[in-house]
Amino acid sequence: MIELQHVTKLYPASGRPALDDVSMEIDKGEFVFLIGASGSGKSTFLRLLLKEDAPTKGVVKVNDKNLNTMSKWQVPKLRRTMGCVFQDFRLLRNKTVAENIAFALEVINKPQRTIKRVVPEVLEMVGLEGKAHRLPNELSGGEQQRVAIARAFVNRPLVLLADEPTGNLDPETSQGIMLLLERINRTGTTVVMATHDYHIVDSMRRRVIELHEGVVSRDQSRGVYGVGR
Amino acid sequence: MRVNFVLSEVVTGLRRNLTMTVAMILTTGISLGLMGTGLLIANMISDMKDIYYDKIQVSIYLTDDVTEEQRAAIQAKLEASPEVASVIYETKAEAYQRFQEQFSQQPALIENTPQDALPESFRVELVNPERYPVIAQEFPEGQNGVDQVRDEGDFLDRLFSLLNGARNATIAVAVVQALAALLLISNTIQLAAFNRRNETNIMRLVGASRWYTQLPFILEAAVAGLIGSMLAIGGLVVTKLLFVDKTLAGPIRSGIIPPVDWSAIITISPIIAGAGIGLAAVAAYVTLRLYVRL
Repeated sequence: MIELQHVTKLYPASGRPALDDVSMEIDKGEFVFLIGASGSGKSTFLRLLLKEDAPTKGVVKVNDKNLNTMSKWQVPKLRRTMGCVFQDFRLLRNKTVAENIAFALEVINKPQRTIKRVVPEVLEMVGLEGKAHRLPNELSGGEQQRVAIARAFVNRPLVLLADEPTGNLDPETSQGIMLLLERINRTGTTVVMATHDYHIVDSMRRRVIELHEGVVSRDQSRGVYGVGR
Repeated sequence: MRVNFVLSEVVTGLRRNLTMTVAMILTTGISLGLMGTGLLIANMISDMKDIYYDKIQVSIYLTDDVTEEQRAAIQAKLEASPEVASVIYETKAEAYQRFQEQFSQQPALIENTPQDALPESFRVELVNPERYPVIAQEFPEGQNGVDQVRDEGDFLDRLFSLLNGARNATIAVAVVQALAALLLISNTIQLAAFNRRNETNIMRLVGASRWYTQLPFILEAAVAGLIGSMLAIGGLVVTKLLFVDKTLAGPIRSGIIPPVDWSAIITISPIIAGAGIGLAAVAAYVTLRLYVRL
C-alpha cells in the first residue's frame, strides 16, 4: 500500500537530511506506529505520502502509484484516497459538526443525497450522533478529534494518516480515540500514526517504525515504544 | 461544481474585506473610466478626421480686388490640374455664413465682424494631401488675384496632435491606475486567501481540485472587476449627459466637434466590462499561483 525506496529528503535550509535513505513497505490493512523524537523525520514522512513535498532522492509509492511521476492535477485524486487527522483537529469553527464533515464531501463534488446519507452514518460510527448541530467549540477535545476522524474517514480512504492525534488529549480520552482508530483499521483501512504516546504504543502491540535523525532505527512488528524514552 | 457553495464563498469573501473591496472596486472603476474616455476620444478623433479631411485640404484665398478673368483662370487651372480631386468656390457671403455657424456660441465675435471681411476662396481637395507644396508653387501668393494659399491639413494636423496628446495622456493615467488596481486586487486576494487558509488547507487535504479551491477567489476578483466596470460605464454616461451634451452642445450642433453617440458608449461598454473582469480575474489567478499555496 505504501512503499518507500531509498528515500532522502533534504530541506534547503538544513544541513542534515530530514530523511536519509529510508526504505520501507507498509501493507494494506496494517496499523503502524511511527515513533521518534521531534525532528526525527516523522512529519516529513507523512508530507511525502500526501505529496505535499517531493523527495530529494528515491521513490515514494502509494497504492502502487509512483508519486514522483504523478502530475500536479492528479494530486487531488491521490488525496481523496487518504484521510488525515492532526493534533490540533483543524475543524472549521464557524461550521457545525455535520457541516464540517459535509464540507469535506462538498468540495470534492459528492452529490447532496450521498452527503445526506453518509454524514449521519459516520457520526454514529464515531459516537457523536446527538451532536451533529453543535459547533466545534461547544465540544470537548476528544469529541472534536472524533469529528476530525469522522471527516477523514467519511470518504472511506485507503490510508488514514494520523499525526499525533492524541497529543492534546488526556489518557482516558486518548484511549477512546485509539479504539476508534482500531475500528477504522478493521474495516481494511491502513492506519499510519505518528505519536509520542508510549502508553498507547505499548498497550496496542502493533508494528512500530522508529525514526532517529532521518534513519529507520527500528522496524518491529508487535513492538513497544522502547527503552531510553 | 456546487454553484451555491462557490457563490456563498464569494459573497463572504467580498464582505469580509469590505474596505479593501471598496478600494479595489474604486480604483478599478476609475482606471476603466479613464480607459473608456480614452477610447471615446480616439473615436471622436477618427470621426473628426472624417469630417475635416474629407472637406478641404488646401484653401486658396483671393484678394479683394480680384478680377473676373483672374478668378476664371484660377478655376480653369485647378480643374485641369491632375493633382486636384475637386474644387469648391466659396463667395464672401458663403464664407460669412460658415463663419456665423462656426462661432454661433460667440455672438460678440460675429457682431464685430463685417459681412465682407472674409475673403472669397477656392476650397481644393487634393488627390494626395501631401502634395500641397506643388499647388502652393503653382499659385504664387500676391499674384494673379491670389492672396494666400493655406494648407488646412497643417492646421488640422496640429489640432489632431493636440487631441492625440489628450487621448494618450488619458490612457497613460488609465494605465497607471490600472497598475494600482492590479496591485490592490493582488493584495486583496492574498488577504482573502489568508483569511480562508483553514478552509483551503482542509480542501487541499481532502483532495478538492485546484480549480475548486481557486475559483471562489478568482470570482471574487471578477465580481469586483464587474462592479468597477459598471461604475466606469455609469461615469461615462454621466459625463455624456452633464458635460458633452450640455457644455459642448453649441460646437456639436455647428459640426465642429462630433457628438458622443450612445452607440459609441454602447460599443465600448463591453470592452470596459471585459477588460475589468478579465484583468481582475487574471490578476487573482496569477496571485494565487505565485504567492498563495492552495
